[in-house]
Amino acid sequence: MFSLVLLLLMVAAVVLGPLLWPLAVNDIDFTARLKGPSLAHPLGTDDLGQDILARMLYGGRISLAVGLAAMAMAISVGVTIGAIAGISRGAVDAALMWLTDLFLSLPQLPLLLLLIYLFRDTLKTRFGPEMGVFIMIVLVIGGFRWMPVARLVRAQFFSLREKEFVEAARALGATTARQVWRHILPNALGPVIVAGTIDVAAAIIAESTLSFLGLGFPPDIPTWGRILFDSKDYLDIAPHWALFPGLAIFLAVLTINFIGDGLRDALDPRRVL
Amino acid sequence: MGPYILRRLLIALPSLLGISVVLFTVLALAPGDPFGEMALNPNVPPQVREALRAKFGLDDPVWQRYFRWLWAMLHGDWGFSFISRIDVDTLIWQRVPVTLAVIGASQLLALAIALPVGIYSAIKPYSWFDRIASTLAFVGFSLPTFFTGLLLILVFSIKLGWLPFVYRADIATTGWAWWSEQLHQSIMPIVVLGLFQGASWTRYVRSSMLDVVRLDHVNTARSKGLAERTVVLKHVVRNALIPVVTLVALTMPQVFGGAIVTEQIFRIPGIGSLLIDAILRNDTPVIMAVTFVFACLVILFNLIADLLYGWLDPRISYR
Repeated sequence: MFSLVLLLLMVAAVVLGPLLWPLAVNDIDFTARLKGPSLAHPLGTDDLGQDILARMLYGGRISLAVGLAAMAMAISVGVTIGAIAGISRGAVDAALMWLTDLFLSLPQLPLLLLLIYLFRDTLKTRFGPEMGVFIMIVLVIGGFRWMPVARLVRAQFFSLREKEFVEAARALGATTARQVWRHILPNALGPVIVAGTIDVAAAIIAESTLSFLGLGFPPDIPTWGRILFDSKDYLDIAPHWALFPGLAIFLAVLTINFIGDGLRDALDPRRVL
Repeated sequence: MGPYILRRLLIALPSLLGISVVLFTVLALAPGDPFGEMALNPNVPPQVREALRAKFGLDDPVWQRYFRWLWAMLHGDWGFSFISRIDVDTLIWQRVPVTLAVIGASQLLALAIALPVGIYSAIKPYSWFDRIASTLAFVGFSLPTFFTGLLLILVFSIKLGWLPFVYRADIATTGWAWWSEQLHQSIMPIVVLGLFQGASWTRYVRSSMLDVVRLDHVNTARSKGLAERTVVLKHVVRNALIPVVTLVALTMPQVFGGAIVTEQIFRIPGIGSLLIDAILRNDTPVIMAVTFVFACLVILFNLIADLLYGWLDPRISYR
């Protein structure tokens, strides 16, 4: 419960914050370089005198948006593949599960880096620097997170399709599509919601990791990971610069994980005592 | 056990091939080609460029290029680094031992934390120890490795000045001094990786212990009058570890991801930092080779997990 409140507060802060906080993201003030927290700059300033609170509020929007969008992508791919595998059995199922296992054994971060290295420039020229990187990161993170969801959905389908209510629907002449859409899928979604929640956290970590390695968003889009990347060379004179964005990532991930755990307890009938 | 090992090896082979196909597809789909920059260079006449393209077979059909590439990879002919001006395989073999040492040590640390803590938590679920351990585990795997790394540097290197934060590959001393020096500088990376893994494994161990504790054979063992210690260690733990091994094998790709980040933070000269450097400097042959090595390592560790699995649960190896 506490986690939910905290997370909602953070979401509200990044959604409304940039509108309320008077200092702009890219205001440069060389008289206030690398200052610690003060009244004018509650979280201090960076090496160009930019206000860290303003940057974090703005960057937080992108960090969280990436998390949500990547989760949506992972869930939709995972549910589709899981549902197809679960309903069709036989060769299709075997092929899809082989694909899932293959993706599970791919080294994700190296591939992520490779993809970004190879496709960065094309997407940038096509969608502009901000949108291009956003699409790229969401696609790549989402494309590497669907496997657990697909497995979950497939397992759920296997048990649900033999249940009486599905059989009843089948006896009444429901088409396969209708059985899946109206009867099986809604009942299979419980664990998917849990997995989706945790995926948001994983995607936020993945995005911050990429930005932290200097391969995510460009410097003028200060996501939390990017701020950390910029700050790590000034760790000795301006520790606050690294601490606050790191703390923000940590809190976002922690609260999301706690919520996922709570949802699991609430939705999983087979919970461990 | 022999046929089982052979079978697992035969299963690992197609996935290695699958990964190589994925890698090659990515490379083939990518815009631009190795000679793209040459096209812009006025000093290189078009004929030379065409000759080079023909020599490296860039205009052949995709499947031919794939097999040629695979053949070269299998022969250890991994190309030539654009930046370092040496063969890619020499470069990588210089770096692999460091990465393996750091990852191996951190995995041992993770095991040393996860097993006792997870088992003890599960013996007395919802006790104080369990609650504290569970909360800490939650915090542990919610802390991204790059943040813990920076925190440790901040506390132990900058504030306290106990540990160096840049990894040195050229330590002059030998013998014990060399070992202690090595240990001194790798403590922080190992701890960062180990704590992160340990935290998530603790949760796996605990929940799978709790699943096994309720089974009938444990009741039987207790009612036979076996000591609690024997019951837990012989009848519960061994069975509980089976699903844990699977989960650990599944998280192997993440471990290597974490290793890349830690190597980057602490400037460890492993293959992870090699990858990042290569990407920042557009060194394509190195990037491809390192990604391939990572894929091989992941499959190798999956194989080890499979063998462990067969040892923990002999039923599997007979099937």
